[in-house]
Amino acid sequence: MKKSTKILGLGAALSLLAAPAFAQETAEYTVFILNSLLFLIGGFLVFWMAAGFTMLEAGLVRSKNVTMQLTKNMALFSLAGIVYYLLGYNLMYPLGSWSIGTDETGGYLGAFAVAALEAVGVGPDGVDDLSYASTGSDFFFQLMFAAATASIVSGTLAERIKLWPFLIFTVLLTGLIYPIQASWKWGGGFLDSQFGFLDFAGSTVVHSVGGWAALAGALVLGPRIGRYTKEGRVVPFPGSNLPLATLGTFILWMGWFGFNGGSQLAMGSIGDVADISRIFANTNTAAMGGAVAALVLTQLLYKKPDLTMILNGALAGLVSITAEPLTPTLGEATLIGAAGGVIVVFAVPFLDKLKIDDAVGAIPVHLLAGIWGTIAVLFTNPEATIKGQFLSIIIVGVFVFVVSYIVWTILKLTVGIRVSEEDEITGLDMAELGMEAYPDFSRS
Amino acid sequence: MKLVVAIIKPFKLEEVREALTDIGVQGLTVSEVKGYGRQSGHTEVYRGAEYVVNFVPKVKLEIGIPDEDVSKVLETLESTAKTGKIGDGKIFVMDVEQALRIRTGETGEEAL
Repeated sequence: MKKSTKILGLGAALSLLAAPAFAQETAEYTVFILNSLLFLIGGFLVFWMAAGFTMLEAGLVRSKNVTMQLTKNMALFSLAGIVYYLLGYNLMYPLGSWSIGTDETGGYLGAFAVAALEAVGVGPDGVDDLSYASTGSDFFFQLMFAAATASIVSGTLAERIKLWPFLIFTVLLTGLIYPIQASWKWGGGFLDSQFGFLDFAGSTVVHSVGGWAALAGALVLGPRIGRYTKEGRVVPFPGSNLPLATLGTFILWMGWFGFNGGSQLAMGSIGDVADISRIFANTNTAAMGGAVAALVLTQLLYKKPDLTMILNGALAGLVSITAEPLTPTLGEATLIGAAGGVIVVFAVPFLDKLKIDDAVGAIPVHLLAGIWGTIAVLFTNPEATIKGQFLSIIIVGVFVFVVSYIVWTILKLTVGIRVSEEDEITGLDMAELGMEAYPDFSRS
Repeated sequence: MKLVVAIIKPFKLEEVREALTDIGVQGLTVSEVKGYGRQSGHTEVYRGAEYVVNFVPKVKLEIGIPDEDVSKVLETLESTAKTGKIGDGKIFVMDVEQALRIRTGETGEEAL
């Protein structure tokens, strides 16, 4: 998803030679118009992923915490958008104006400025980058990725974290942590220019980042009460609404077409449109591979298929293909996704063994499948290097995990991040919000 | 008069009801219940973690009948509710001191 200045498409150049003046002009602007359109469509698809995360989480937590999960998702999405405008956008895309570093020697810290759009009714001479896309469409599209990163965190920490400290973390994540590391790759910073790191739509830059932040939070916060017994047994807390969790997964799946397809960042040529088509098909089949892998594996391991694992498997397939949805063949994409599904089925019980309590499986899906997807680029894209991929995974991981761990610890020591034992057992809905998601049902 | 309380598998309810109607049972009360017997529930797996389902869903039938119908009703219940597998349920029979039909005030076997 790197922003680069592209020359006008070949089609536009050819039309300059042959077509009459009017058509000439239209063709000249085709790149700008179609690229902007791609960002707008991609953007509202990625926006819809917020609904997917919300439904998935609402379905996988217990009914006494559903309203809180809905509230967090509404709040985090809205806050993420505002801080991305205030800080994130220009930190992530400094367009050469680095606070620390340069494009040539490697950028480390982007620019501090609020995002600004193009003027109303702007003409071809007034747009920021005629060869690329409108700034409004780019901002709209990029902002959705920042919000998606924060959504990942809310699922893991569900059912025990206080609302406001969580939201403070969201602000820091989407305003600083996410855009700073994203600038290293997508803003043309040092991971891009010095390391040759490849991450098409963000297996590492978005998903692993959300996963690392969630992991740090889960470690500082601790498991939900009663989740692990003294004898080391794991106590399952079955989700309250599997139809919602399934709907959420399908919504995320759909949103992913915008997430990966839009990350082509160009739709003004035959090559770009064909590439976007490849990306849609590969993204889709990777999810299928992940779901089928989890279906078969849970049947073999546990004698019955586990729907929640199949849902996680489909999402892990999507995360796995996100670092490189373009170059794989359909078969390769299916296998890359299937490997993501396998990772989830083994990682969920493994995290439980370590007593790391992840309420919805976001760490296996986003962090571990994200790492896998970033490595998998090596199999299908000859431009990827082992050094570039592995070092970038480690650098981003260390940065996000350490900073997140420090932020969570500071929040824990100052305002506290965990609700009281009584509130946790009562449920956050009544304790923190005084409002139940399903007030008509008696609790068994 | 006797009160027969039968705990059976939920999927057998319709078959049992039809068989009881065929032998002349005129009414019964059903409730959805949960419980366990010698097997003490069974284990399931959720997201890779095994857990015990202590209370298995069952259906409880309560049937008030005259003394002479007891063996017939028990035979019918046994033959229709049986699958031969664990968890088929149990039947209890108890004495009933009095019965009264609220609408008419009839008492005893007349009220059944």
